Amino acid sequence: MEQIVTAIGAKYNYIVYVILMMIGLYAMIVKSNLVKKIIGMNIFQTSIILFYVSTAYKTGKTIPIVPYQGHDAVHAADYINPLPHVLMLTAIVVSVATLGVALSLAMKIYRQYGTLEEDDINENLRSEEGK
Amino acid sequence: MVQHLPALLVVVPLLTALSVSALSWLAPRLCLPLTFGCLGFSLASSVGILMEVIASGPVVYTMGGWSSPIGIVYVIDYLSAPILVVVTAVALINLVASSKQIDRDFSDKKGTFYTLYILFVTGMVGIVATGDAFNLYVLLEIAALTGYSLIGLGQPRAPLSSLNYLFIGTIGASFYLLGVGYLYIATGSLNMADLARFIAMPEHSSSTMVMFAFIICMTGLFTKMGLFPLHGWLPNAYSHASPASSALLAPLTTKVMIYAMIRVCLYVFTPAYVFGTLQISNAIVWIAVAAIVVGSLLALTQKSLFKMLTYIVIAEVGYMVGGFFLGNRMGITGSALHIINDAAMTLCLFLAAGAITYRTKSDSFSDLKGIFKRMPFTMTAFTIGALAVIGIPPTCGFFSKWYLIIGGINAGHYGFAAALIFSSLVNAVLFFRIFEIAYFQSPGDSKDHHHHGHHRHKDKMVEAPLSMLIPLMITALSLIVLGIYTGDIVTHVIQAAIPGVIS
Amino acid sequence: MKSIGLITVIVCGALLIYYAMDFPNFGDGTSPANTYLSPHFLENTMVDAHVPNSVTTILADYRGYDTMYETTVVLTAGLACFFLLRRRESTSPPARFYRHVPTGLTLRIEEGGKLPAENSKVFTRIDSMWAPDSLIIKNTCRLVIAFVQLFALYVVAHGHYSPGGGFQGGVLMGSSIILFSISNDLRRTLKRFKEKTAAVLGAVGVLIYSGTGFVCLLMGEHFLNYGALSSILGTDKVMARSHGIFSVEIGVAFAVMSVMIWIYYNLSSAGKHDEGL
Repeated sequence: MEQIVTAIGAKYNYIVYVILMMIGLYAMIVKSNLVKKIIGMNIFQTSIILFYVSTAYKTGKTIPIVPYQGHDAVHAADYINPLPHVLMLTAIVVSVATLGVALSLAMKIYRQYGTLEEDDINENLRSEEGK
Repeated sequence: MVQHLPALLVVVPLLTALSVSALSWLAPRLCLPLTFGCLGFSLASSVGILMEVIASGPVVYTMGGWSSPIGIVYVIDYLSAPILVVVTAVALINLVASSKQIDRDFSDKKGTFYTLYILFVTGMVGIVATGDAFNLYVLLEIAALTGYSLIGLGQPRAPLSSLNYLFIGTIGASFYLLGVGYLYIATGSLNMADLARFIAMPEHSSSTMVMFAFIICMTGLFTKMGLFPLHGWLPNAYSHASPASSALLAPLTTKVMIYAMIRVCLYVFTPAYVFGTLQISNAIVWIAVAAIVVGSLLALTQKSLFKMLTYIVIAEVGYMVGGFFLGNRMGITGSALHIINDAAMTLCLFLAAGAITYRTKSDSFSDLKGIFKRMPFTMTAFTIGALAVIGIPPTCGFFSKWYLIIGGINAGHYGFAAALIFSSLVNAVLFFRIFEIAYFQSPGDSKDHHHHGHHRHKDKMVEAPLSMLIPLMITALSLIVLGIYTGDIVTHVIQAAIPGVIS
Repeated sequence: MKSIGLITVIVCGALLIYYAMDFPNFGDGTSPANTYLSPHFLENTMVDAHVPNSVTTILADYRGYDTMYETTVVLTAGLACFFLLRRRESTSPPARFYRHVPTGLTLRIEEGGKLPAENSKVFTRIDSMWAPDSLIIKNTCRLVIAFVQLFALYVVAHGHYSPGGGFQGGVLMGSSIILFSISNDLRRTLKRFKEKTAAVLGAVGVLIYSGTGFVCLLMGEHFLNYGALSSILGTDKVMARSHGIFSVEIGVAFAVMSVMIWIYYNLSSAGKHDEGL
């Protein structure tokens, strides 16, 4: 029991990201409104961004901007890891782009069917095929 | 300039796409010639790179001058070079064949369509050529986003199918990103060759982090390639899109994802790890068997040409994944050869179906009656494609199936070999059913025909336009040529692509 | 469906948390990720490119190739929204709303009725979802937009020395135009910043990025190796890298700004560019 508590205390960032990811996944699977699914997708992608950025942190160190006027050698151990931040800039941009495309598609669907509830749309399609 | 070919291969399409995007607002007439020229240049440079790789081995290009593991490197070796040729060739042939269809479907947004087209090809070429795990993710997303938009316009049901594809595709790509993240935390590197070096060390190959990274990466890639049971997005997405888009996406997306799977399994997670330490390859082969059986059976129930072809694509994905995870040289050879062959076969069938839909405006089987007399050339090409899918020599489909079956028997996996034979029989039934409708039934056979004069009028030849027909015949011919030259392709290119440790 | 979803999610989550217990601790400075590649980047950012912000150096120099594709992704989003949504309808306009400026009266003119002249000083057109004319909103936004744009230019230019760079500055610039569009209306914004400008500028932005890399290729070095620019710019290789990074950041800022505005135009008016939010 002691071990589990210390383990959770030392690695709580992973637990947080898993919980967020599962919330997003649950929203995408279960909800029937298309906009709620899109929000779930966004939460899902954001949890992965949180995961990467949390691995870059070093306790007590500062941001990775080295002194401009200094002539001492730079000690890399004094700064947090910059590489995951760069990778996540890309992931954020990709997430925004996907959101834009998803919203455009949702708008087209709304224009066509008049509703954004998946159940109503499926009923619409079934009655169309039945004709 | 020749040593910069690997960079030019990806940069020239990107620059052209941007120029086409700007020019579509300023000088729209230049868009099509620019697109055409760019794809032609890509095809020429990929053939050039293939010649160089065959002559002198893998080509490594460092972007920005920073060598691995600091910067991003492009590695074009025996596995990537032929697939580059296939990707650019498919894109060029499809552009020529679908130009009339593009005029009809996207008349006011042609410039944007061509931009998205070239960006999709850029993404695909980048996925094939890259040597960095994170760069693969970025290019995967470019290809995916352009794919979602290309299939979002078309028939009335296209936006809904595209949105479903978007949801599932995003989950797949995010899982791949998560897998790369796990590998990064475990080892600290993002370069593929560097990761392979780390994973070969015993403290990493036995850690659960790497195992979990493998599972998550593979799940992500399986989702994007449409392996059963994660294939739900594929039939709707490809059958409701405009034929110009689906003839580009169907041959390329799944095959390049399978290439990515092979690249990640063989060159990141080394073969010793995938086939030795992890004991799941047997399970994945059984999943592939299920994919083949389910895909073939569902194809039997379809009444529309495009839907049937998409289920055949799902079954073909099962061939390639199962063949790879057999783990022996024959199986992996068959799988890699089938990537090339299947891209050509799928292109031929989708182009033929697109030509038929262009003339008859519908693709249900009841509207295909007697079409052999009206469109003989199209149906000849369709027949050759069908024979290739069934697996009849000398078309290329026979040879790759042969390698896969021998690989299955060598590995003792008789279920896989039996599934392949079962699928060939089902494909034969599928296509002979279409031949019967197309050849033997005449359009006046329906029970509610009113005018006797009309079906005489319908029997004359209303062939597809020449711009659709010539690429189609070239593709059909290439199926036979690929079959005849299989020996050369296998010995010079594919055998060298597989690492020596595999027996 | 709900129970299947819940069970799947709980099982997946439990598995992920269980396997996450093997990971390095939160804040651990000695994990493999923090000790293998990153020290090289931190120690060499001033040496290689004379840029204190190591994130910018990695973004635009060491892994600049990735960033080029990232900018392309942004442009693809704009293109996709345009491709999917834009329609140019030339049918007769539906019911329109006009405000009589001297008295503040709101008029609704049905289809087929006689509309006021386009540039009439007495009647201005307002959106269907209209709000009363507010002096406070219009003038506050007018003041704020200027400062937002200045801050955006600051963020782009100081990407070398403080957190910032092309993406952040581009988004700020785009949001200043969107603020104008929200406080006034879409038609006024379109008159000042046409859709054609946004589309072409977006492509030009990414062209600046890949063009810089292509120029390096033409000078004989590898693609995106900014050291090749030293002969054109007349400086040594290290400063050439610094200037190369700045030039690609400008390209990124253009692209991101134009695409933000373009996506806003298409999404807020559902493609018709008629009435916005």
